[in-house]
Amino acid sequence: MQKKLLLDEKLLNITIHRLAQQLIENHPDFENTVIIGLQPRGVFVANQIATSLEEMSGEKPPLGELDTTFHRDDFRRREKPVKASKTDIPFLLENKNVILVDDVLYTGRTVRAAMDALITFGRPEKVELLVLVNRMYQRELPIEPHFVGRNVQTLESQRVLVELKEQGLKKDSIWLVT
Amino acid sequence: MSQLSQSHLLGIKDLTSEDIQLIFETADNFKEVINRPIKKVPSLRDITIANLFFENSTRTRLSFELAEKRLSADVINFSSSTSSVKKGETLLDTVNNVLAMKVDMIVIRHSSPGAPHFLSKHIEANIINAGDGTHEHPTQALLDAFSLRLKFGDLTGLKVAIIGDILHSRVALSNILALKKLGAEVMVCGPNTLMPPHVEELGVVKELDVRNALQWCDVANVLRIQLERQQGGYFPSLREYSLYYGINRKLLDSLNKEITIMHPGPINRGVEIDSDVADSQHSLILQQVENGVAIRMAILYLLAGATS
Repeated sequence: MQKKLLLDEKLLNITIHRLAQQLIENHPDFENTVIIGLQPRGVFVANQIATSLEEMSGEKPPLGELDTTFHRDDFRRREKPVKASKTDIPFLLENKNVILVDDVLYTGRTVRAAMDALITFGRPEKVELLVLVNRMYQRELPIEPHFVGRNVQTLESQRVLVELKEQGLKKDSIWLVT
Repeated sequence: MSQLSQSHLLGIKDLTSEDIQLIFETADNFKEVINRPIKKVPSLRDITIANLFFENSTRTRLSFELAEKRLSADVINFSSSTSSVKKGETLLDTVNNVLAMKVDMIVIRHSSPGAPHFLSKHIEANIINAGDGTHEHPTQALLDAFSLRLKFGDLTGLKVAIIGDILHSRVALSNILALKKLGAEVMVCGPNTLMPPHVEELGVVKELDVRNALQWCDVANVLRIQLERQQGGYFPSLREYSLYYGINRKLLDSLNKEITIMHPGPINRGVEIDSDVADSQHSLILQQVENGVAIRMAILYLLAGATS
């Protein structure tokens, strides 16, 4: 097993900062906007983005956590059921601009499930997708991100390993594992 | 752990405490789902479930049906009073005919103890016991314990008194087994005629005086006096039962402590429990019903997921 470092702590901070700036660039204001992180690690990324946004613009959109387990398309098609995590969206999504945040975009199936799960909370005006790492050319569904931290070209046999301090690790690092 | 150790839910007896914790954690997630504006997830959309009720039921049947529909399963219902069972068809024949219609899971209530176990040995589908005679009622015990967990957190050391007809109650047996597995202390209380012989071997304390039981417990789970039992001569009259074992406000007030009240329903108001107790703020009775849907969703989901 070989590990190649994609982002270390310093680069990750710069990337989060840039993503927050891009959000500011593309949104006149955040009055009608909410940020939703996908369980498990998208939630941590969403928190960091929101904190960075607040530092720069003074606005902090409401934050939610979404678990897609019950909307997955591989239930009963894998050996073991996936264990669900918490969903916490303490506001209605009707007519809101939603920024959906995940750590890695790969086949697009999680995002498909997330969009299904989202609309059980109302009909959003618009949904945008922000990902920290985009594994290009691996999509199984017609889904593309609006905001990307780092584009990487990967093989199917490879894996992107995301280690964040929020998971109890010493430092943030994102690896490509071969 | 993300999988149950069992492919059927026949009784609490077969579950490990890890199984019960997994069911609770999954039910937490479904409790959030059923409070969304759209209370439905697509997980079981390729599954057909038959609810076979060979015995009357309101709460359990509605609760199962709602849980199944909220998981997007296809549901067929069967009740013995309007079926060919009246013409003498055997249980196995009835169920095999239902299965021939490509059913994946069966929820069964039957007056014979062991009926679900018998089916699980003969057919392929996942079986869920929704009450078998005087034996077990596992989903009721799980929703009772889940409701207590939501109120008290950990159940370790919690003192629960089960009061009423212990002898004929499947709720009592399943509750005893579940509570013991979760580390609670259990007392059973009722007239001696309604106590199973050797009940202490289940690891519970037997108490004949309801006042002592209430003095001891944090939670009183009051069982329904099955009116049909009165003909059996287990107690002289409903009035006398109510006088000696009925839970009323005056009795609770005289204890000078707060007791959480539970009841699996249907309630005989004024017999085993008075209205002002059943409807008080310390009563969990309606939360039990709400949690029942989440618990049953969790069980259906976990059993369906295990069969790939």
